[in-house]
Amino acid sequence: MTIASRFQPRPEGALRLTLDGAPLTAHPGDSLAAAILCHSGEASRTTGRDSPRTAFCMMGVCFECLVEVDGLPNVQACMTEVRDGMAVRRQMGLRKLGAADV
Amino acid sequence: MSDADLIIIGAGPAGMAAASIAVQGGMRVLVLDEQPRAGGQIYRNVGNGAPRGWLGKDYAAGAGLVADLGHPNIRAEFGATVWRVEVGGRVIWSQGGISHISAAPHLLLAGGAQERPTPFAGWTLPGVMPAGAAQILMKTAGLLARDAVLAGSGPLLYLIAAQMIDAGAPPKALVETQTRAMMLRALPSLPRAVLALPTLVKGVGLLQKIRSAGVVRHTGAAAFHAEPNDKGDIAFSFTAKGRRHRIETPLLLTHQGVIPATHISRAAGVRHRWNHAQQAFEPIVGPWGRTDQPHIHIAGDGAGIAGADAAQAAGALAALDILHLAGRIGEDSRNQRSTAPRAALTRARAIRPFLDAAYAPSPEILAPEGKTIVCRCEEITAADIRQSVAEGANGPRQVKTATRAGMGPCQGRMCEITTRGILAACGTSPSPPRARTPIKPITLGEIASLQEQNA
Repeated sequence: MTIASRFQPRPEGALRLTLDGAPLTAHPGDSLAAAILCHSGEASRTTGRDSPRTAFCMMGVCFECLVEVDGLPNVQACMTEVRDGMAVRRQMGLRKLGAADV
Repeated sequence: MSDADLIIIGAGPAGMAAASIAVQGGMRVLVLDEQPRAGGQIYRNVGNGAPRGWLGKDYAAGAGLVADLGHPNIRAEFGATVWRVEVGGRVIWSQGGISHISAAPHLLLAGGAQERPTPFAGWTLPGVMPAGAAQILMKTAGLLARDAVLAGSGPLLYLIAAQMIDAGAPPKALVETQTRAMMLRALPSLPRAVLALPTLVKGVGLLQKIRSAGVVRHTGAAAFHAEPNDKGDIAFSFTAKGRRHRIETPLLLTHQGVIPATHISRAAGVRHRWNHAQQAFEPIVGPWGRTDQPHIHIAGDGAGIAGADAAQAAGALAALDILHLAGRIGEDSRNQRSTAPRAALTRARAIRPFLDAAYAPSPEILAPEGKTIVCRCEEITAADIRQSVAEGANGPRQVKTATRAGMGPCQGRMCEITTRGILAACGTSPSPPRARTPIKPITLGEIASLQEQNA
């Protein structure tokens, strides 16, 4: 099931990103979490017990918005500004130690 | 090595006002803030990007404070995460994966507040968010919720509802946990609140706007429950006036007020206490923002919730005191220059006892029961925590050891106040939980980068 964004659509942005390979656009200055929320109403990660989560506090407090950005896991999407060409992946389950360096 | 005369952590109204006064007094100031731009949450992203008139005049007024940070003797670093504060004035912070050490004779903590976690059945689902988070999306990305429901308590709910109405995205309903009894308890504080008359008048205006927009409003709501429906929307149910209600919405926005963000002040060794009226821990600070740690001042909502105007005034008072302690202005000059901010602080604080009583957080979120998740990171329920208490845990540390609540990446920011609430409901009077270095999760690489710098 595809769940539409829970927010009103905005005009297409100038920056192009991918989320699990699918294209999405964003505006300069958007947080990555805002861009993802605008794109989809689905979970952006699942917990160790497979429970679905999306960005929550939007201010760096809760760590619910963790995603993989250009191969780096556990990036706080709400504290990361979008950049053109970012390749973003949802994090399903917990990351394994050593999956990506540091 | 001293990089500055004063380090300020937090570029919200308190930190910005303090920076401005400190540089006027001849100091070199380093401002560190974790967000990408100045303003704090209240003035988040002000003056940047598309004009968003629907956020209102009070928001736009923050632009002046942000502009003052451009002073040549202020070095402002954004995306800067403070992860250690040492006795003696060293601050260790990380930016873009690289750690830095800065030192100054004086430190002002102006880290502000976070939204109070609102645990109820279903609050971890995609489609449930804090209302303040939705407001941040409005301020930073012009993102407007679709047919959202606002639920909970507090003046911020009214402001956000009004901003949503003005932006053309009115909420579908406003579901308040506020009861008539709470309003009656608040009435004795109303005469004092008249000192803050403009704020009261603003509040009445917001309510009128919500009413004339035809937003459905429930009060005295309790027993919140959220579950996904077959479209992936949220089916939100609650009890009000003796009847069970159910509303379907793509986005349920909850709010139960804000609480001081105290991880940095606790990790710095400042003494804290429980504020019963505000149902939150806060650092103990004097009239100038001084703490029991020499050289550390605290100003703004991080020292107890009083709002942006109070924060700005408290930031000014702390900066004047720091100028005095540094020998740059005499005591008389400090006292004389404090008259205006002191009066502003008194006015802004006058409304708090009324607001604290009228919009007290709902008891069911302070000490939830059953399978409601309390620790979102480790997925620990209220029942898990209650069981650990029944088995002998009598403080935050024992609960943490027994259950793992608070051991995830948020470091207890989303659960420790609820754990405290459950402990209190079980008859203990818990002390503030400890906070330690690293104050925010960092990578080993960020620690290792310190050695390269010092080599």
